[in-house]
Amino acid sequence: MFKGRDIISIKDLSLDDINVILDYARRMVPAARGEENLPLLSGRLMGRLFFEPSTRTKLSFDTAMKRLGGGAIGFSDTSSTSVKKGETLADTIRMAEAYSDCLVIRHYNEGAARLAARFSSKPVINAGDGAGQHPTQTLLDLFTIREEKGRIDGNHVVLAGDLKYGRTVHSLAHGLALYDVEVSLVSPRGLEMPGEIVGTLKEKGIGVREMNSLEEAVADADVLYVTRIQAERFPDPEEYRKVAGSYRVDLNLLDHARDGMIIMHPLPRVDEIAPEVDTHPSAKYFVQAFNGVPVRMALLDLVIRGGDLDG
Amino acid sequence: MVKELRVTPIRNGTVIDHIPPGMGLKILSILMHDDPAGRTMTLAMNVSSARQGKKDVLKVEDLELTPEQVGKIALLAPEGTINIIRDSNVVKKEKVVLPDRVVGIVRCGNPNCITNQREPVEPEFVVVSRSPPRLRCLYCERELEDIIGNIL
Repeated sequence: MFKGRDIISIKDLSLDDINVILDYARRMVPAARGEENLPLLSGRLMGRLFFEPSTRTKLSFDTAMKRLGGGAIGFSDTSSTSVKKGETLADTIRMAEAYSDCLVIRHYNEGAARLAARFSSKPVINAGDGAGQHPTQTLLDLFTIREEKGRIDGNHVVLAGDLKYGRTVHSLAHGLALYDVEVSLVSPRGLEMPGEIVGTLKEKGIGVREMNSLEEAVADADVLYVTRIQAERFPDPEEYRKVAGSYRVDLNLLDHARDGMIIMHPLPRVDEIAPEVDTHPSAKYFVQAFNGVPVRMALLDLVIRGGDLDG
Repeated sequence: MVKELRVTPIRNGTVIDHIPPGMGLKILSILMHDDPAGRTMTLAMNVSSARQGKKDVLKVEDLELTPEQVGKIALLAPEGTINIIRDSNVVKKEKVVLPDRVVGIVRCGNPNCITNQREPVEPEFVVVSRSPPRLRCLYCERELEDIIGNIL
């Protein structure tokens, strides 16, 4: 049911789809760690078309493909490609799909992955399109919550930081809306979660609280998901420093947190999580970054081969 | 009861009725743009209406609308009706209906959307609601805020 399927937006996936992907990702963990040889995609090629630079996403897709015995072709910026000569995305896709078994695309325009899927007969995975969708990030976030907390249902998830411009928290909110969770939103004034997304959460029956204080929010939180507050969102650097300071996660804040709460961050982080937190048992952001590999292995094998481990 | 006729009936053509007041001019300009033949068109504005209070009515002689034109009218006048007139008789009367997908008649309002770049695709929207019309871009997934200003 996944063979040949495009993965463009988290909204295209049902709860069953997501659970199939997360179950399969768990099966990939030993191979992702290098503890098992799992050459399911031996001889297959991933066309990796990155029109915009990215460190983690590119590395983890490349690693995922190689851990499954496959290879990767493509580019990670457009400086040496025909795109610079004015080639349309549609033409680039028609060329690249002929060379590979699936396409992974990151692009600066919203909707680029959906367009790529229209022109490609091979499955397309969206690795981030402008301010739009980044479904594999959401899947690895959900996987991390499930692996660390045992399940996704029943958790109180706090989304903190820049909730207005952060695409990862928008997609995650849509993903969480499929589960039985409680969500709290903590953001500086002017960087609140868009009303449309809060509306979606409420429509799905999710309890949503909007709060001002991180201390108050972590008191009964199971998951604290932190995003970066970018200095360029603030016209006044002094204002930015004040706001950034009050959203910083440090050991003092963790004194107020419920036992067993986990801290997640899509990375890169700047000042929003103090380095002293890195060795605290709550800190799961590097585990989360690793989880990008098994989740992307699962997706690649599902869309290229259909994901049958015995086949 | 003798009904006062503000404009004379047409023999053959289309009458678009129940247009929200003020939208008639916009529909007129779209149809004129599509019609190099220069057909006779009559627009009545702010006509009293039992249903709407005020409405616009547009009559176009010797023209039956294309599905694309009906789609545009559905965006501007979601409660509109279209009457087809042949030999001075109304042979068909139907409400305009916005299809589930709107393709190639409005552009996406997001300048960073891939459909606003030089790509060989028509803008395409999913209809979220019909009246009032709400459209979400199939590509960038944003809802179009200004539908009328983005009609192609």
